[in-house]
Amino acid sequence: MAIGKLGAPPVVGRPPDALLSRPTWTEGLLSWLTTVDHKRLGILYIVTSLGFTAIASVEAFLIRLQLASPNNTLLSPDVYNQMFTMHGVTMVFLAIMPLAIGFANYFVPLQIGARDLAFPRLNAFGYWVYLVGGVFLYTSFLLGGAPDVGWFAYAPLTSLSNNPGLGTDFYMIGLFVGGIGTLATAMNLIVTIINMRAPGMRIMRMPVFTWMILVTSFLIIFAFPPLTVALFQVMMDRTFDTLFYVPAAGALPILWQHLFWIFGHPEVYIIALPAFGVISEVIPTFSRKPLFGYPVVILSGIFIGFMGFAVWTHHMFTTGLGPVVNTAFAITSFVIGIPTGIKVFNWLATIWGGKVWFSTAMLYAVAFLITFTVGGITGIMLAVPPFDAQAQDSYFVVAHFHFVMGGGALLAFFAGLYYWFPKMTGKLMSERIGKLSFWLLVPGFWVIFFPQHFLGLMGMPRRTQTYVEGIGLEFWNLVSTAGTFIMGAGLVLLLVNIVHGLLRGAPAGNDPWDARTLEWSTTSPPPYYDFDRQPVVNDRDAHWVQKYPESVHGERVPASASEPYDRGGAHMPGQSWYPLIAALSLLPFSYGWLYDNMWLVGVSMLILIVATYAWALEGVGGKHIHVGGHDEAHRAPDEGVDA
Amino acid sequence: MHWSRRLVWSLALIGVPLLAACDLAGPQSAMSPAGPIAQAQRDLFMWTFWLSWLVIIAVVGVLVYSVIRFRAKDEEDRKTLPHQTHGSTKLEIVWFVIPVILVILVAVPTVRTIFATEYTIDRANYTDDDVIIRATGYQWWFKFEYPREGFVTANEMLIPVGRRVIVELDSADVLHSFWVPNLAGKRDMIPNQDNQIWFSADHPGYYYGQCAELCLGAHAYMRFRVIAVEEDEYQAWLASFMNAADAAQTVQADPEVERGRQLMATKGCIGCHTIDGYAPGVEVGNPGFPDLTNFGLRTTVGAAIKANTPENLAAWLRDPQALKPGNYMPTLWQADDPNAAAEIDAITAYLLSLGVDADATTSATLGGSHGDR
Amino acid sequence: MTTERAVHVPGGVAVSSPVATQGTYKSTTLPDIKLMMWVFLASDCMFFGTLIGTYLVYKGRSLVGPYPVDVLDIPLTTVSTFVLLMSSFLMVLALHSLRQDDTFKFRLWTFGVAFFGSIFLGFQIYEFIHFVDLGLTLQGNLFGTTFYVLTGTHGVHVAIGILWLLSILVHSFVKPWTSKDDVYLEVAGLYWHFVDVVWIVIFTVVYLVEFV
Ligand code: HEA
Ligand code: HEA
Ligand code: HEC
Ligand code: CUA
Ligand SMILES: [Cu+2]
Repeated sequence: MAIGKLGAPPVVGRPPDALLSRPTWTEGLLSWLTTVDHKRLGILYIVTSLGFTAIASVEAFLIRLQLASPNNTLLSPDVYNQMFTMHGVTMVFLAIMPLAIGFANYFVPLQIGARDLAFPRLNAFGYWVYLVGGVFLYTSFLLGGAPDVGWFAYAPLTSLSNNPGLGTDFYMIGLFVGGIGTLATAMNLIVTIINMRAPGMRIMRMPVFTWMILVTSFLIIFAFPPLTVALFQVMMDRTFDTLFYVPAAGALPILWQHLFWIFGHPEVYIIALPAFGVISEVIPTFSRKPLFGYPVVILSGIFIGFMGFAVWTHHMFTTGLGPVVNTAFAITSFVIGIPTGIKVFNWLATIWGGKVWFSTAMLYAVAFLITFTVGGITGIMLAVPPFDAQAQDSYFVVAHFHFVMGGGALLAFFAGLYYWFPKMTGKLMSERIGKLSFWLLVPGFWVIFFPQHFLGLMGMPRRTQTYVEGIGLEFWNLVSTAGTFIMGAGLVLLLVNIVHGLLRGAPAGNDPWDARTLEWSTTSPPPYYDFDRQPVVNDRDAHWVQKYPESVHGERVPASASEPYDRGGAHMPGQSWYPLIAALSLLPFSYGWLYDNMWLVGVSMLILIVATYAWALEGVGGKHIHVGGHDEAHRAPDEGVDA
Repeated sequence: MHWSRRLVWSLALIGVPLLAACDLAGPQSAMSPAGPIAQAQRDLFMWTFWLSWLVIIAVVGVLVYSVIRFRAKDEEDRKTLPHQTHGSTKLEIVWFVIPVILVILVAVPTVRTIFATEYTIDRANYTDDDVIIRATGYQWWFKFEYPREGFVTANEMLIPVGRRVIVELDSADVLHSFWVPNLAGKRDMIPNQDNQIWFSADHPGYYYGQCAELCLGAHAYMRFRVIAVEEDEYQAWLASFMNAADAAQTVQADPEVERGRQLMATKGCIGCHTIDGYAPGVEVGNPGFPDLTNFGLRTTVGAAIKANTPENLAAWLRDPQALKPGNYMPTLWQADDPNAAAEIDAITAYLLSLGVDADATTSATLGGSHGDR
Repeated sequence: MTTERAVHVPGGVAVSSPVATQGTYKSTTLPDIKLMMWVFLASDCMFFGTLIGTYLVYKGRSLVGPYPVDVLDIPLTTVSTFVLLMSSFLMVLALHSLRQDDTFKFRLWTFGVAFFGSIFLGFQIYEFIHFVDLGLTLQGNLFGTTFYVLTGTHGVHVAIGILWLLSILVHSFVKPWTSKDDVYLEVAGLYWHFVDVVWIVIFTVVYLVEFV
């Protein structure tokens, strides 16, 4: 195996005929700004989303402090509304979904034995758009107030007459722009997974994480358009006085709810499925057994994806759609519990009879199983419309979705972080700090959110900056707030552990966990070209089979069949300025729309168009490498037009 | 596992839900039903709850057992690989069937309850025995109209015990939601959409309600009450409203009250607030603001956030924003207005006198004492 | 320079696409950009689906006129629809010519597609101006709001398509296109056909249904 430095390709000559000369920096800020390497972009995604997680956590902390006692006045109603809106929006759109995309960026190509995504520059574009969207949203705090209408921004609360400030515009435009990046990346991942698999990596040999990313990407491309259109409609209403959500003109506010939840429910599986994928990697690795029922786990993932589009009105049981609609959607929602249950049982069966290695990653996976099951089951309760009539918009719902998103997805991604950190950095995180942090974080989580079920049942509505004394809400609110200190300490330790791992971590080696999938067959961190020769895959758990053929087949597979595929080296795409420029053009676009300055919007669109042309004409560029041999530079004209 | 450890486990596993299920009663709790709808909703919840607990005990039990039983003792132990099983069709079928059965067990009573509690009653099918109320959500208070009796009130809804109450729901601005956990789950109030909710109360009492859909500003303070009383009291209450306009006198007996009545005009209160019986033959107010007719019968002030005592009412008038930040009632006295206290006292006296004399029974039952906050 | 080359490896066929250089293994025979276009169009279906859905939900809910029957002109729009349909036909010819390395016809038909597209757009612009004259505005009633946003979004799609085809045309003079570049034209063609099909749906839902 060749050893390479993290994302540092050798310098090659630059083609002279592009608008901007082709960037070739390998180190420093400029190399990161122009990178198209999926591993660097993956790291950028992960670091950025962890940053947003921290910000959203501080917002959550303020929310809980305000709710510690009744009639507290720490936050005014206005500020409180901004806090939970930004907390929800950030956690969902800027923290946890991009975290999954970050892992996907880094590990999907490695897991399928590819050298990069299908469209590396588009991938860079996706990241920068995400950053632009996030930064734009957060400047709202400086420019007259953040969005305050909740993360699903129900009409007609968002109409200009009911909400004249700029906050709602920030929400609409920010998500609109951010959604473009997410869509681009999802499309890219689909093409990559379908087209870039290594020889022999048949569809039913793909690692489960990759599989779940494939399903997730399909969910994204089908779920985001309805949201994007709905956001656009409100933008039009607010900027050009159209009537989409103006009740006085006969409009139906309920339409927004349909459009939002046709997106919104798939969105929760966009968050959950990658988490299921991570868990399906971590549990087999640390149980030292293959995933139990691989095809069933995959199929149930696909089924969950399909069903995700058939349950949206379970968020609208109380809007008066009638008993027939409520029955239909109650049943589809129950049905989603079946494939999810099957997954849970298969994970249990994977552990059963294994040799459980209690690394921190495995601890998180076990915690995920418990917490997610509880959250899923409260989901089933909420899908019972007569009970939902009591629970909807109460803290019972808040408890449900934190159990599945915080306790489900977030814990799963923490498992992924501990699992993959050594691969990404070449260093191990401390198990000692890791376990300490785990034992604060997870119990703290339960202390925060379990009592919220009680609060909901006792009649506490969500999104209220305070509550009255004397109806029994004081005690459990205080407990819940106390929990944030425990969990917060765990989170702080997690950050400490990351920094500690980066600075002082023990060398990890290529395969510290004796794991199963292809990413562990290359160096830690992987060289910029990922694999010196493209691997050839003979089985599921391709790397494991290489290491322990007799444990799988009872005998050694013929050596020739597993010889890596090497026909003429690898093509490495060139760095580029244009993804960054195209993405940045969306920033003035956003502010232009925000301030109704169509002149600025026009100029930004012009920049975008020019950047797109330059991007297309620049070509893939890059160079051809023969590991161990010499590198040859490609001139752009030799390339076709790439996206 | 030793039996004592097992006992501790089971106690923990069963204790937590017991705690959850039993000790959550309250005037705004879905766990203290006071009518058949809320009762059905709670029963259904308890059924899914016990089923769920079964599932959770099973999953967590197997999980905890297997991670303990199959944990690698040390690094050496890890190296002996377990058997690399890939799956078992038989087991897959088993755990496909288990959730299917669970789903059926939940779905059947669910569908039954939906069709028993969630249908809409056509106006044509309203009976004479039904109590019909039209509720409109405003930022941040509720208007309650009694169309059959022809009067309007705000934030407190009186209903007779045992009769079916049909509430037609509407909104004047953004979304709100009508939620009285003791009596029934919520139903949203949506512009351009005719929603309805119906329920009844089994016994007299104060049932707390709260808006359950984010409506910004004072959403947290958008509360209301449903007060269930016996039939005769209900009739007396209705009568006092229907007669309120006739009860008007040109000059009130009590000079303080009379001064208050006149101040309502000079301070501009009657520009917004309707009071039937403010003066003979005079219509005041604007239907987009809380109707203050018979305000003396109210148990609360500020959309059910404070008990309707003279002190609280005076505090409300002095600075509505302090009690309920963001609401749309203006502060009518400058901070340094030397007459403020006296004027407010007069208005308070006037408002609290409204409706109180109309019928002795009603005022005796409903006057301030039940406004327990 | 690359040549098509199939390499036998376990579990699949390696095809070097014209984009990538030699030896890059592909797990399907579909070029990346073509797959990308399919995925994009799948997503675009949802965009138009949502817009059309919105139109249908608000159909008949306008409180004031003008109503669809007051403004829509079926014969006129039938003509423009026909022009758009024909452009799709030319698109097929253009691709065919390129594959035959018939540069002249390839350029001619590509121009033809863009030209017909422009005629369609011209009709649409005329229609919009005319409708505004009749009092149908974006802000006037729900019909106006949903109609203009739906057909306008479609118009933007057509405009992008025209721009794209003209760019191909210009590029083909800078650097001659040959049959090995066919995938780039094919992708533009997929897009164009899709936009065309969407128009058929819109024409049916917005225009024809109004008069049955
Ligand atoms: C990761 C995100 C995630 C996931 C995975 C889920 C999973 C589920 N959710 Fe959840 N949900 C949210 C995120 C998520 N949800 C969010 C964010 C909201 C609130 C949005 C807002 O209002 O702000 C919400 C709200 C929400 C509501 C609306 C509540 C309301 O506002 O009134 C409902 C109602 O039906 C619901 C149902 C479900 C169901 C049935 C599942 C199922 O998929 C769960 C399936 C899993 C299991 C059932 C557990 C494992 C199964 C077994 C062990 C097998 C045996 C069990 C049975 C067959 C019963 N969810
Ligand atoms: C992935 C999604 C995700 C995650 C991980 C979280 C994590 C958390 N959430 Fe979040 N939440 C949402 C998604 C998420 N949330 C969404 C979508 C909403 C709905 C918004 C809406 O209604 O529009 C919501 C709403 C929401 C509410 C309801 C607000 C309301 O309706 O009025 C509350 C209240 O308790 C809450 C709390 C928390 C807490 C305490 C955490 C914690 O897990 C976070 C961890 C943070 C800490 C524990 C504190 C950080 C610690 C420090 C800053 C240091 C201090 C520590 C020491 C001094 C030791 N969230
Ligand atoms: C601009 C209109 C306006 C004026 C003038 C006004 N109010 Fe109000 N008032 C309101 C609104 C709006 C509310 C409801 C506030 C809420 O709960 O959100 C209200 C609420 C009240 C309530 C509480 C009603 C309840 O059911 O809890 C009382 C009492 C009241 N006003 C008395 C007065 C008096 C006395 C004056 C004059 C000194 C006055 N108001 C002047 C608009 C007005
Ligand atoms: Cu009204 Cu909340
Ligand atoms: Cu959902």
